[in-house]
Amino acid sequence: MTFLFHLGRYALFVRDVFRRPVKHRLLLTQTIKEMDVLGLSSVGIVFIISFFMGAVITLQTAYNIELPFIPKYTVGVAARDSILLEFSSTIVSLILAGKVGSHIASEIGTMRVTEQIDVLDVMGINSAGFLVLPKVLAMIFLLPFLVLISMGIGIIGGWTAGSLTGVVPSNDFIYGIQYAFIPFYIVYSLIKAVVFAFLITTISGYWGYYTTGGSLEVGHSSTRAVVVSSIQILLFNLLLTQLLLA
Amino acid sequence: MIEAVDIYKSFDGKMILDNVSATFKTGHTNLIIGQSGSGKTVLLKTLVGLHEPDSGSVIYDARNFTGMSDQERIDARKEIGMLFQGSALFDSQTVEENVRFPLDIFTDQSLEERRERANACLKRVNLENINHLFPSEISGGMQKRVAIARAIALNPRYLFCDEPNSGLDPKTAIVIDELIQEITQEYNMTTIVNTHDMNSVFAIGENIVFIYEGKKHWEGTSDDIFHSDNQALNDFIFASKFFKKIKEHR
Ligand SMILES: Nc1ncnc2c1ncn2[C@@H]1O[C@H](COP(=O)(O)OP(=O)(O)O)[C@@H](O)[C@H]1O
Ligand SMILES: [Mg+2]
Repeated sequence: MTFLFHLGRYALFVRDVFRRPVKHRLLLTQTIKEMDVLGLSSVGIVFIISFFMGAVITLQTAYNIELPFIPKYTVGVAARDSILLEFSSTIVSLILAGKVGSHIASEIGTMRVTEQIDVLDVMGINSAGFLVLPKVLAMIFLLPFLVLISMGIGIIGGWTAGSLTGVVPSNDFIYGIQYAFIPFYIVYSLIKAVVFAFLITTISGYWGYYTTGGSLEVGHSSTRAVVVSSIQILLFNLLLTQLLLA
Repeated sequence: MIEAVDIYKSFDGKMILDNVSATFKTGHTNLIIGQSGSGKTVLLKTLVGLHEPDSGSVIYDARNFTGMSDQERIDARKEIGMLFQGSALFDSQTVEENVRFPLDIFTDQSLEERRERANACLKRVNLENINHLFPSEISGGMQKRVAIARAIALNPRYLFCDEPNSGLDPKTAIVIDELIQEITQEYNMTTIVNTHDMNSVFAIGENIVFIYEGKKHWEGTSDDIFHSDNQALNDFIFASKFFKKIKEHR
């Protein structure tokens, strides 16, 4: 019952988000501002996570296939595919669901409980669109870039860990990451990133927008935004994997 | 003139407004008074269309606001200014940006013209040299005044104020009340103010509507209040010893 209620209201909310904006020039400046607030401020955390993720994947893979008849460069191949196919897009999106999702839900939730959204509505502004569309566009534009960065840094992390520990020699790793490379894997991850960006921003916007009460409820909305968007990312990850790679 | 005609509004089966009808006059500060939780905010938000009435209609100078199409409403809204209980300034914008906001959205004026208009509105509410401060950096009374400046930026014909002096000290509260009354007369607006503050009732109450448990229980002027034998009204107005004494001495 509640699930259907939220699903229906979410669908209507998304329709409002994409309804005719008041002024296109304003939408552009707002979107650029959101790119700064939501995306660029996340570059640091993407760097750190991706580097360590790449390092751990490489070492794990190396220890797991430590057999004499398997060449060392296979570690490079396996690590590259894990990073490109799965880890960069999914992990970065999950991290951003936490960081960006809670930010969006609490910002919009606070605007709701302090009647700032009523101010927009009473002026006849499409408040859902005005507040959420710039965030959706900003993230749809930026998340693919963050995922690309994550892929690069992840591979550098893997190479660094492999070489420093001597588990995978530099030459083998570099040969491995070029071996049987399938460019579609990158496209596949970027498609996922666009879908995840849409999910994170609209779901978090939804929970913020329909906050009622006070600051306690803003906290609840924020938590719900993170939980629901994370679950949806995992669900759609499964769906898209089946759809795009099968 | 704004008319509310037979307004009913309930939330989740609970009746909040029960057949409320009232007339609010142009060029006057009309008051809606009543205890906390009596339905004042819901009534005000129904008048401006933030809530839809279950039945009944709201008429703005012979135009039926309730029956309007979405586009007609968007146009009508440009004539409405509203002041919310907690000021509701945009936290992420400076004072000037807040006041300029309606102009940025709805006019095609140059930045220079918009800034000029914003400054004129700020000057009207006696605020100068705080343009670049953020709402969190100014006092509650100043926030209220910035919110008034934002509400009048587009020269509205109708002004709605939800408890404009809640959370303010008595002196600042009177300043805000008088400001609202002056502006109302200056621009010949139809102004409706929600309040439970007795000082406001006696200072600016010209046309008063008393709401009790979602029903209109009484209406009249601040002078009429002293002669009313409406029990609920008397319990509400003369709850404090001070106002009781004033009544006895008249
Ligand atoms: N959006 C809403 N949903 C459900 N109940 C509401 C809503 N808004 C107000 N109410 C209820 O309506 C009643 C009147 O509230 P309100 O108009 O805010 O009173 P006040 O006279 O203090 O402004 C209260 O009992 C409140 O709980
Ligand atoms: Mg109220």
